[in-house]
Amino acid sequence: MLEGILIGLQTALSLQNLLVVIGGCLIGTFIGMLPGLGPMSIIAIMIPVAISMGDPSAALILLAGVYYGAIFGGSTSSILLNAPGVAGTVASSFDGYPMSQQGKAGKALTIAAIASFAGGTIGAILLMIFAPMLSSVALLFHSAEYFALMVVGLSAIAAFAGPGQVTKAVMMTVLGLIMATVGEGALFNMPRFTAGIMDLQSGFGFITLAMAMFALPEAVFLVLKPKNLGDDGGEIKDLRITRAEARAIAPVIGRQSLQGFFIGVLPGAGATIASFLGYAVERNIAPKAEQEEFGKGSIKGLAAPETANNAACTGSFVPLLTLGIPGSGTTAILLGALIALNVTPGPRLMVDEPQIFWAVIMSMFIGNLVLLILNLPLIPYIAKLLAIPRNYLIPFILFFTLMGAYIGQNNATELLILVGFGVCGIALKFANFPLPPLLIGFILGGMMEDNFSRSMQLYGGVSFILERPMTLGLLVIAAGLIVLPILTARRTKS
Amino acid sequence: MALDRWIALVLLGICIVYGYTAWFTMDGSLAPFMRRNPIWPSTFPKVLSIIGIVASLVILLGLEKGEEKIGDIDHRRLGDYFIGQALFLLGLMVVYALCLRPMGFVFSTSAFLIVGSFILGERKWHVMVPVALIATGAVWYLVQEVLGIFLRPLPFFMGV
Repeated sequence: MLEGILIGLQTALSLQNLLVVIGGCLIGTFIGMLPGLGPMSIIAIMIPVAISMGDPSAALILLAGVYYGAIFGGSTSSILLNAPGVAGTVASSFDGYPMSQQGKAGKALTIAAIASFAGGTIGAILLMIFAPMLSSVALLFHSAEYFALMVVGLSAIAAFAGPGQVTKAVMMTVLGLIMATVGEGALFNMPRFTAGIMDLQSGFGFITLAMAMFALPEAVFLVLKPKNLGDDGGEIKDLRITRAEARAIAPVIGRQSLQGFFIGVLPGAGATIASFLGYAVERNIAPKAEQEEFGKGSIKGLAAPETANNAACTGSFVPLLTLGIPGSGTTAILLGALIALNVTPGPRLMVDEPQIFWAVIMSMFIGNLVLLILNLPLIPYIAKLLAIPRNYLIPFILFFTLMGAYIGQNNATELLILVGFGVCGIALKFANFPLPPLLIGFILGGMMEDNFSRSMQLYGGVSFILERPMTLGLLVIAAGLIVLPILTARRTKS
Repeated sequence: MALDRWIALVLLGICIVYGYTAWFTMDGSLAPFMRRNPIWPSTFPKVLSIIGIVASLVILLGLEKGEEKIGDIDHRRLGDYFIGQALFLLGLMVVYALCLRPMGFVFSTSAFLIVGSFILGERKWHVMVPVALIATGAVWYLVQEVLGIFLRPLPFFMGV
């Protein structure tokens, strides 16, 4: 391993690759900050640039830097504008945005930067140590377990919706799953629920839905009830976190680095599920008094998803580099780029081309450091977004929302779908229906059906639930996550 | 009836239509060999329709115990808020969507930003117009030239 680390350091620390990682992080941060442009679209745009570099190590280092930068930038727009452009940073807005509303935007961004750095760095250490071992663990998971794991993830999201809200959260999750079945699925090449509309053949766009459910209702609520976006007029007075706050988030960072990394390793369960599970777990294990703070500006509620999503991003490289299986949509695009560069990821990569394998891991350390060093001093300038007068900012948020949807699909019809969904999102928000479960259900819907269908095919029916103990165990946990809060609420009420 | 129950009623309708399609109409065009498979394209939707109908009925009938929560905005007192501005802005978004292709990006976007600010009460034309034009130009350059995504800058009657 030491030899590999040295080879990796030699490659990653070359002047060209250092510039590449810095450039990638900066591009990723700035584009990721714009609501609507997530890592997948940014990486897709950067692929021609990466391929033109010719050197597979440099190309992968660039794309990895863009990936981390985009996740970091997505957190910034989640915290400042409640407009997450990336699904993996939706959970960061739960507490990050309330913090910025309370005039603690600087503190929230600092916590996000530190948590991201720690999550990414610890994840990279774990990747370095466990990559070969973890690949064999991931091999134990079959489609039945993936399906059950996704059910657990969705149930956990519904479970922390709060008393009297669990059924609403379940309903929203199911609605998201229903929406995911619209269009041609991966397994069945036939259009479903399209009502003969050609534009629906490829299904609803994730970016459109994300914009409609988060950015649009938030902007409209700002119009309905005018309030200052930042009580301090966008001036970030205090970037520092206190010793007590550091002590409070340190164990969260430790736990979520591990949990996020291991979730990231499992193909299909990427940064999104890691961040939501991280949030749910930290909320559930917090003392009763602190649980009340979640969703209202809790530093633990912000640190947990921020750590978990970065650790999961690193973890998702394990199946990519060691098995050649993409762990997420983003790593699927990376896999495409590698193949275009005549590099075949898999168990042989470490042996045949160690400079690529280890250079990518070493560049992760450098990338995380670059993000921390460059972005912390930039935070006050980034937060100037809050000082823009409401009369200008709201039309700009609406415009970026529209552009995000347009660029994502390059289709003007998408804008009308966006407004239609936005109106639905506003009505649901009025009635206190939680919107994140809808989006997560939508994201996981395709993968969930895929794994469910494969398991049904393999076992000739639903017998896979009983025949695979791990699947059964996970589904029992999922049922418990839904039923227990409902029963507890009934008992408390009576 | 509370707003959440009205919404649950709408969702129940959606789930029933979805379920009806999944259970009764979807499999009609299925090839004979696919009918022998344990999994059909309608299998997962069928499961979802049942869960959806049950969940919406639970909300509609108020079976889950819990206190009624009023969010940031009380929908029963909508008159207290700037509802007109919000509706105008949503309408403006629809107009933008319809005008983007025929009227071109530059005109549609600068008009959207100017009218949007105007609806929100901005009257400083000397700030509003240059800000809108500069922002429009910058975004067009980034999207068209840097990202390489085609955006027709001018109206259809002025060429490309």
